[in-house]
Amino acid sequence: MMTETPILSVRDLSVSFAQFDRTISAVHTASFDVARGEVLGIVGESGAGKSLTSMAIVGLIPPPGYIEATSITLEGRPIHNLGPKEIRSVRGRDIGVIFQDPLTSLDPLFTIGDQLIETICTHLPLTVPEARSRAIDLLIEVGIPAPEQRLQSYPHELSGGMRQRVVIALALCAEPKLVIADEPTTALDVSIQAQIIALLLRLCRERGMSIILVTHDMGVIAEAADRVAVMYAGRIVEVGKTRQVVKNARHPYTRGLMGAIPKIGQPRTKLAQISGSMPRPGTEFEGCAFAERCAVAEAKCRSLRPQLLTVDDSYVACHVAASGVGA
Amino acid sequence: MTAVGAIAFVLFHYVGDPVEMMVGVEDSAEMRVELRERLGLNDPAPVQFIRFIGDVATGNLGVSYRTRQPVAELIFSRLPATLELVFCATIFALGTGIPLGVAAALYRGRWTGYLADLTTLVGISMPTFMTGTLLIFLFAVTFPILPSFGRGEVVKIGWWTTGFLTVSGLKSLILPSVTLGLFQLTMIMRLMRGEMLETLRSDFIKFQHARGLSTRRIHFRHALRNSLMPVITVSGMQFGALLAFSIVTESVFQWPGVGLLFVQSVNNVDVPVMAAYLMIVAAFFVTINLVVDLLYYYIDPRLKSGLQGRRA
Repeated sequence: MMTETPILSVRDLSVSFAQFDRTISAVHTASFDVARGEVLGIVGESGAGKSLTSMAIVGLIPPPGYIEATSITLEGRPIHNLGPKEIRSVRGRDIGVIFQDPLTSLDPLFTIGDQLIETICTHLPLTVPEARSRAIDLLIEVGIPAPEQRLQSYPHELSGGMRQRVVIALALCAEPKLVIADEPTTALDVSIQAQIIALLLRLCRERGMSIILVTHDMGVIAEAADRVAVMYAGRIVEVGKTRQVVKNARHPYTRGLMGAIPKIGQPRTKLAQISGSMPRPGTEFEGCAFAERCAVAEAKCRSLRPQLLTVDDSYVACHVAASGVGA
Repeated sequence: MTAVGAIAFVLFHYVGDPVEMMVGVEDSAEMRVELRERLGLNDPAPVQFIRFIGDVATGNLGVSYRTRQPVAELIFSRLPATLELVFCATIFALGTGIPLGVAAALYRGRWTGYLADLTTLVGISMPTFMTGTLLIFLFAVTFPILPSFGRGEVVKIGWWTTGFLTVSGLKSLILPSVTLGLFQLTMIMRLMRGEMLETLRSDFIKFQHARGLSTRRIHFRHALRNSLMPVITVSGMQFGALLAFSIVTESVFQWPGVGLLFVQSVNNVDVPVMAAYLMIVAAFFVTINLVVDLLYYYIDPRLKSGLQGRRA
């Protein structure tokens, strides 16, 4: 894929939840790389395991969930088997995280300034006044007007978009190399969404930072991501350059996703949809998880699980795509 | 307050005839009639009620039928004992209930957590008089280290008498305070545990973990403060309940407070004392609720801006 060492390299990451009588596997053997300065989109419908995948990287899977991986490396350094203390210093310092809902991501009882300074002081050896001036710089960088007054504000005094900017500033406190943005725009209205995405891309460009952008919105991916990983039922089914995947999707599920995006300027036809629904986590399959909903499924699809294989420039886990292109 | 007054008045109208208790067996019928007239008990009920409310409003709580002392004097001489008891019980309940609740939440699923759960269950289902008797049995009878009744020596400061300044006073406070506070303690602990678990599940706690803040900081600075609000409300309201529950505890420990006074008044159908007691307890309830609301305002910044009008 890349010649230089990727910022993040994930091999065979699985996330499972132990129940009383069985173990439910929510993410199966996901593998991917994130290059320096790259925006990797992870897309999929609700419950596909995209958020879990991204949270597993920073060890934020609540019990009874647990993580198994061959390796997760951050700039070549393994981080999948760190103790609680070490992984905590990775979180926030090396990897910043942004959550979906800015309305609930901030502690309602502390000012923006308190929360920023607290986070800065946790990771950097600064005095409180120094941390304060850094907090102001960060707020300026994420485009918050009158930052000095804003430090005094409580979260409820800011709008949703402003709060998401504060959340981004909090994620940037210690200059992380990688930011994991879990549905960063889902809770915002459309015009604010565009601003937040533009802000993330600008930060990524200016700081040489990498971003993992988790979303179910193919439009956001098409606009922002360099590469995209498509997840279905806990597995990565297709990985490729965004342009490639958007224009020329190989996996029937990805094609289905693309078909479900409304296009402006075209006559109003009924939007294509994928019939049926994704199997619930914990359902076990012999073959391809998508076979039941797939229009081009063959007999082999139901009996043999497809592996992620190179097809042109992308990686696709599909028997039909693998053979269909060659033939 | 007027409503409480009315209820108290109506209630005590039916508890019995005070005259029967006041007069001796040998007293003649004429004396009874005369006494009845003097106490105004022959007037129709509404007239009695209006006179009662008017008197209360001007600070005149009447005269005890039994001891012939002014009720206000009687109650205020007993009030310090009860207030000190309730105060100590509250401190005890909060001081142990909150840490235990936090511990129970943080150690949930481990044996320490289960143990805490079990303890509260016992505490919540044990009636006050039983706890009191058990404690007396343990610490005053089996191991005679603490006094089982009374206030010990008290020091007079103005009209206030305090047991805080003498050793025997402090020792006397321990058992009744624990008895009175135990129920509150378990309530506070359970509430604290529930709130804490709820807060720990919230997004902003998750985000703080994701920012790499230390677990101790997240638990004790952020989660604790966010969980404290409902606990404060309930303990505020419980302070009033403690005042009421103190009746039982004071009876068990023969604590010379207003609760004991009330029980004695009920036995003697001393209506003015009973009515005044209820009015005073009601007044405490109202005052404490006000204080709790003001505390909210101090703790939760969202309420302040609500007062100033929301900023855009």
